[in-house]
Amino acid sequence: MHDERRPGATDPAAAVELAFREERAAVLATLIRHVGDFQLAEDALQDAFAAAVATWPRDGVPANPGAWLTTTARRRAIDRLRRARSIADRADRLAELARLDAHENRPDSSVDESAVEDDRLRLIFTCCHPALALPARVALTLRMLGGLTTGEIARAFLVAEPTMGQRLSRAKRKIADAHIPYRVPTDDVLPDRLRGVLMVVYLIFNEGYEASEGDRLVRGELCSEAIRLGRLLAKLMPDDAEVWGLLALMLLHDARRAARVDASGRYVPLDEQDRSLWDQGRIREGLRALERGLPLRRPGPYQLQAAISALHVEAPSPEEADWAQIAQLYGALARMQPSPVVEVNRAVAVAFASGADEGLAVLAPLLDDPALDRYQPLHAAHADLLRRAGDVDGAARAYTRAVELTSNAVERAELERRRDALHGSGRRFAR
Amino acid sequence: MPQYMLLIYTPVDGPPAGSDPEQSAKWFEYTQSLMDAGVHVAGDALQGVDSATTVRVRDGETQIIDGPFAETKEFLAGYYLLDCPDLDTALGHAARIPNIHYGSTEVRPVLDMSAVLAEAGQGQATQQQ
Repeated sequence: MHDERRPGATDPAAAVELAFREERAAVLATLIRHVGDFQLAEDALQDAFAAAVATWPRDGVPANPGAWLTTTARRRAIDRLRRARSIADRADRLAELARLDAHENRPDSSVDESAVEDDRLRLIFTCCHPALALPARVALTLRMLGGLTTGEIARAFLVAEPTMGQRLSRAKRKIADAHIPYRVPTDDVLPDRLRGVLMVVYLIFNEGYEASEGDRLVRGELCSEAIRLGRLLAKLMPDDAEVWGLLALMLLHDARRAARVDASGRYVPLDEQDRSLWDQGRIREGLRALERGLPLRRPGPYQLQAAISALHVEAPSPEEADWAQIAQLYGALARMQPSPVVEVNRAVAVAFASGADEGLAVLAPLLDDPALDRYQPLHAAHADLLRRAGDVDGAARAYTRAVELTSNAVERAELERRRDALHGSGRRFAR
Repeated sequence: MPQYMLLIYTPVDGPPAGSDPEQSAKWFEYTQSLMDAGVHVAGDALQGVDSATTVRVRDGETQIIDGPFAETKEFLAGYYLLDCPDLDTALGHAARIPNIHYGSTEVRPVLDMSAVLAEAGQGQATQQQ
């Protein structure tokens, strides 16, 4: 290798760590294309990082750590392939690797930037391939693109480490055995596959954001990782509006992460949050992402949810939010993705915008649906709207129903408090 | 090139194979499209489960049972064996199978025997060392 060394210019240990964080996914993505196998690429890259730890303090940090790691890992892969006789097309792969190695050592060789960017897209689409079970897609994406260890992923999803290890190796084996292609899907299936990728990224984010159990540090890492993936997708596929929508949604939610939990670990609802704890940098980036998607004029569920979030964070106080527009956005979302969750949220927004009676009218069909009889959020929202409409008895009955359906102790206490505050208040608290 | 077996399942209460000329025409057309794409290796429809016989040998005794191994809602109605460069190509062909809107197709990669033999050879080499 003929790279320019800068001995002493950078702390070698820090440089290896930085390279691991910043370049690992890109190097791995290229390496998988070169060696044709996930496990072999991972093992060879592991070798290369070990070599970096051993040689960078002695020889200095290479000028282009990513290129150094790619070349070193490719040579380790060649060594490993020579030993592994069981791989069927071993000779073909060795020939291809030797060709790449010779090519790169030519002085005029330049790295093809677009090919390298495509590699990370290939990796994302392959990790999120629908032929893999959803939990495997999530785990593989975190392992290969996020660089999380098997143990970290296991802790985040509350499964035993050997179970997670088996899930990952089974997924890698299936990719090899079934020849799941390492490429960006063809145009006829691309929109479907991209929706699938966004779903995996959003699942990773929600796992970090919503769940109350598990290692909180690792969970925060899941949110950050999902946002990193969202940024990468936005960089690689900037013409897809929903890619921007998902990034905006994650940023605008994550901005409020610190304010969602109080000192005792209790969940704090949006309208009671300390707004000084909101991350303004995240909010600005989220709003910018949302604006990038809008001119593409392809609205979708992520953009709509991000737009709702934006209206909440932009309002100086919960009461001053543009509830009419929030209600409209929920209406659009309900047409795209009808669900009781969306309808209940829409009813609450309509009540704030046009009065409690209008909100109750939105809830009426849901309350008539026997399938939703045990849907707690419906009864909790129903109770709040009846209270605002001044129907004390009806509100008390609905709170009691909601309490019966609540398993979370904190939430139950809050509903009971609201019910008990009804008596004697009468119409004075009606909005 | 990898080979994939498309195992075609159809509901027990679905239309019997070969009963409907319009359906049969669709299957012929589909098979022809696989040949035109250069992926077709083999393919057949099977007679119904009523004609099936299950055989097993236990403790040296041959057991022969009338009917399929297990009662299911779907049964194996036929297969195609395809040469495809990758899973996505095989899945693309599977999604066009004439009964795909009411039946289902399992896509299984064929085991690459050259890799198995190479591994067996390596095992022997290790033993000799």
